Amino acid sequence: MYFVVAGAGEVGFHLSQALLEAGHEVTVIEADRRRANFVQEKLGSIVMNAPADEGRAQMEAGCSRADALIAVTGDDAKNLVICQLAKFRCHTPRVIARVNNPKNEIVFKTLGIDETISSTRVLMNVIEQELPAGGFMPLMSLAGSANELIEAEIAIGTPPAGKTVGSLRLPSGALVGGIIRRGKLMHADEETKLEVGDRVMVFSPTASESEVRKALFG
Amino acid sequence: MNVVIVGCGRVGGFLAGLLDAEGHRVSVVDIASTSPARAERAWFQHLPASFKGETILGDGTDLEVLRQAGIERADALLSLTEGDNRNLMAAQIAHKIFGVKQVIAKVNDPVRAQTYREMGITTFSRTTILGTLLHAMLQEDREVGEVLMRKALAHEADLIHEPAKAR
Repeated sequence: MYFVVAGAGEVGFHLSQALLEAGHEVTVIEADRRRANFVQEKLGSIVMNAPADEGRAQMEAGCSRADALIAVTGDDAKNLVICQLAKFRCHTPRVIARVNNPKNEIVFKTLGIDETISSTRVLMNVIEQELPAGGFMPLMSLAGSANELIEAEIAIGTPPAGKTVGSLRLPSGALVGGIIRRGKLMHADEETKLEVGDRVMVFSPTASESEVRKALFG
Repeated sequence: MNVVIVGCGRVGGFLAGLLDAEGHRVSVVDIASTSPARAERAWFQHLPASFKGETILGDGTDLEVLRQAGIERADALLSLTEGDNRNLMAAQIAHKIFGVKQVIAKVNDPVRAQTYREMGITTFSRTTILGTLLHAMLQEDREVGEVLMRKALAHEADLIHEPAKAR
């Protein structure tokens, strides 16, 4: 596949390297000449020294034939505009934005950029996964749709404990994809009884996240 | 009219002064530097001394900061910072999230300006505006150019007679 990576900072550099090692074709766009030269020395002539937030640079980098563009600069406003330009001008089928301020994830979604990666949120999720009970975490958004995967742990005294999956009052469009019980992944259907400590995997429309939380925790 | 202006450089400060003098409710947002006490004096220095509106130190692309500036009851938002991308982000937040009817963003890259104009954000570039004005003055649109120039000079005269705002 062909990927355009906007920004050759630490994230952009290592991402490009990993994509190359996986056998993909990559172009990195980097505005800073010294940084561009450095990356060129390391990774070969896949670097374009230009501002990625300019339409012309994106055209030259071949965004219109790219399978995906990933904007990973340290500036949220820049990442937003890079992705919007690629999506709306070059019709790049898939655009992914790095979001530095996690509050901007919802802003980006509202403005047409569905796929965002927030390292702050990823770290928060890792920390929260260590919590003993009652954890509720949206794990990831699902590409190309307004849905996400949520993991939640059934806690003592909550409505679902001891009840069946079918009796959960999940919002429409949400479904239980499986359960991790005592470290083992198991299939869940309407009749499956939930136990305290079960980790439930729920696929849900992103907009209904709070209703899922309510169904699981009351 | 309730107006939010993001970016209080020379243009932002000038426009805030004009609208405020006409009786509009204006709030001005500008980003805080690492030393807030110094930044406040430095960044709002382009406002005229008579300015009665609000000044808010903060990032104009932050929803909370925009709420503080009264975006929820604003009739218009103008984003006039030095960064095209920040201006476009603030303008889109105002338009798509807060439903502000009139949003205008300063965008100096013509490609970006055109793309976002097609998406419903009014954009202008200092380069094309100034260039067009000068062209009008020299060419057949002499009258248009002269009217604009006369207005601008009158505003400038008002502004120069006022000392800069000490805040």
